[in-house]
Amino acid sequence: MAEHTSEQIEKVITDSLISFGANAEDINRDAELSALDIDSLDLAELSQIIEEHFGVELTSGDVAEISTVGDAIDLVAERA
Amino acid sequence: MNDVVVTGVGAVTPLGIGATALHERWAAGICGIADGEGRCREFVATEHLSVKDARRADRFTQLALVASIEALADAGWGEGMPYDAGRVGSIIGTGIGGIGTIELNDRVMFDGGPKQVSPLAVPLMMGNAAAAAVSMRHGLCGPAFGTVSACSSGADAIGTAIRAIRHGDAVAVVTGGAEAALTPLSRAAFGALDALSHSGISRPFDARRDGFVMGEGAGVLVLEDGEAARARGARILAVARGYGATADAHHLTAPHPEGEGAAAAITRALADAGAQASDIVYVNAHGTSTPLNDRAETIALKAALGEHARAIPISSTKSAIGHLLGAGGAVEAIATILALRARLIPPTLGWGERDPQLDLDYVPDRARPLDLSDGRRPIAISNSFGFGGHNAVLCLEAI
Repeated sequence: MAEHTSEQIEKVITDSLISFGANAEDINRDAELSALDIDSLDLAELSQIIEEHFGVELTSGDVAEISTVGDAIDLVAERA
Repeated sequence: MNDVVVTGVGAVTPLGIGATALHERWAAGICGIADGEGRCREFVATEHLSVKDARRADRFTQLALVASIEALADAGWGEGMPYDAGRVGSIIGTGIGGIGTIELNDRVMFDGGPKQVSPLAVPLMMGNAAAAAVSMRHGLCGPAFGTVSACSSGADAIGTAIRAIRHGDAVAVVTGGAEAALTPLSRAAFGALDALSHSGISRPFDARRDGFVMGEGAGVLVLEDGEAARARGARILAVARGYGATADAHHLTAPHPEGEGAAAAITRALADAGAQASDIVYVNAHGTSTPLNDRAETIALKAALGEHARAIPISSTKSAIGHLLGAGGAVEAIATILALRARLIPPTLGWGERDPQLDLDYVPDRARPLDLSDGRRPIAISNSFGFGGHNAVLCLEAI
């Protein structure tokens, strides 16, 4: 199922977070989304972008489990 | 009952960023209209707002936020609010709301299906978005909502804010109006009504007037309970003396031909202010440059003010910035206050050919100093009338 590399996923997520207003230099795998000022509306947008790019549908329950950038990358990589 | 005072103003208009740009450029005879529209060409949201705040806001909300930041700083609130947050409201009118967001997401849905519609679509398009954003930006926890009465929305917001303070619902209200409807659908829709100027020229009260020119922008004022403002040593710009609101109950888009509702609103605003017609030294007209409005408004002014109407300078801000729809009443209230404070009445730009039925003094050509030989404080009215037959009039006294 490895149609998409972890690097591709990381890039899409990172670019999305930057477009939402997060500082690029603050973004790394361990960064907490809350510390990046990413909230539920941003995550709803991120879910949409992820589905469009990778065909992975994230429910609001899935999104609620994500607390760091790495969590998001891993969750998508697992399903992509 | 305490008075309600204006302690800060902020504006983003086709004449530039800031309330000072609005007054000074209009008074200098500069017109902000280009290519038949009054666009805020100097406005770049991210020069004033973070990326996050800017993308969380439709353009009408962005304009309101930037005007509100200026208004709060002008009121001396830049270093923090002087009142308990729960006692400060946010009442911001708009005629249409986030129509740019609606149109964008409609296209996205048409092209890509419903799953492509942004989760931000609803919070950006909703008509209360500007009031909500201003509340959140500044931490205002008192009454917060939008007012919707087409082109009277901004004046109705201010009138409602005056009432909220007088009634004790709030000690201060950040209030005004915002509009950003220079969009394809909006242009087409107003065009279909044949409301827009074919010449692309806004020349209120002139015989050649042929419709309004659309504009965009925002005006925000800080209103405070007069006693509270004086207790904190605030610089007071003006007193929000009165507000009158009526409806024509006549036609969806046309004003009453004799301006009855408009005249009644002026009369009510004067009564609310405890002022006489003879106290009024300036009228900031609704003056849209449509054949019907400018005629009905002239009749209404004569009906409400009597012979004194002929002695008062009357000018229309829309000659310099176009018709800002739901922002108009707020921007024009600010223009009125700054004109009175400067004792300088900006002109009705483009006026040059008299319509025999419109026989008042529309201040053509250039700004005119306001003669107040008896040293009294200048009092003016600012008119706003909206599709639907809404009439809202503010009575303002400058310090």
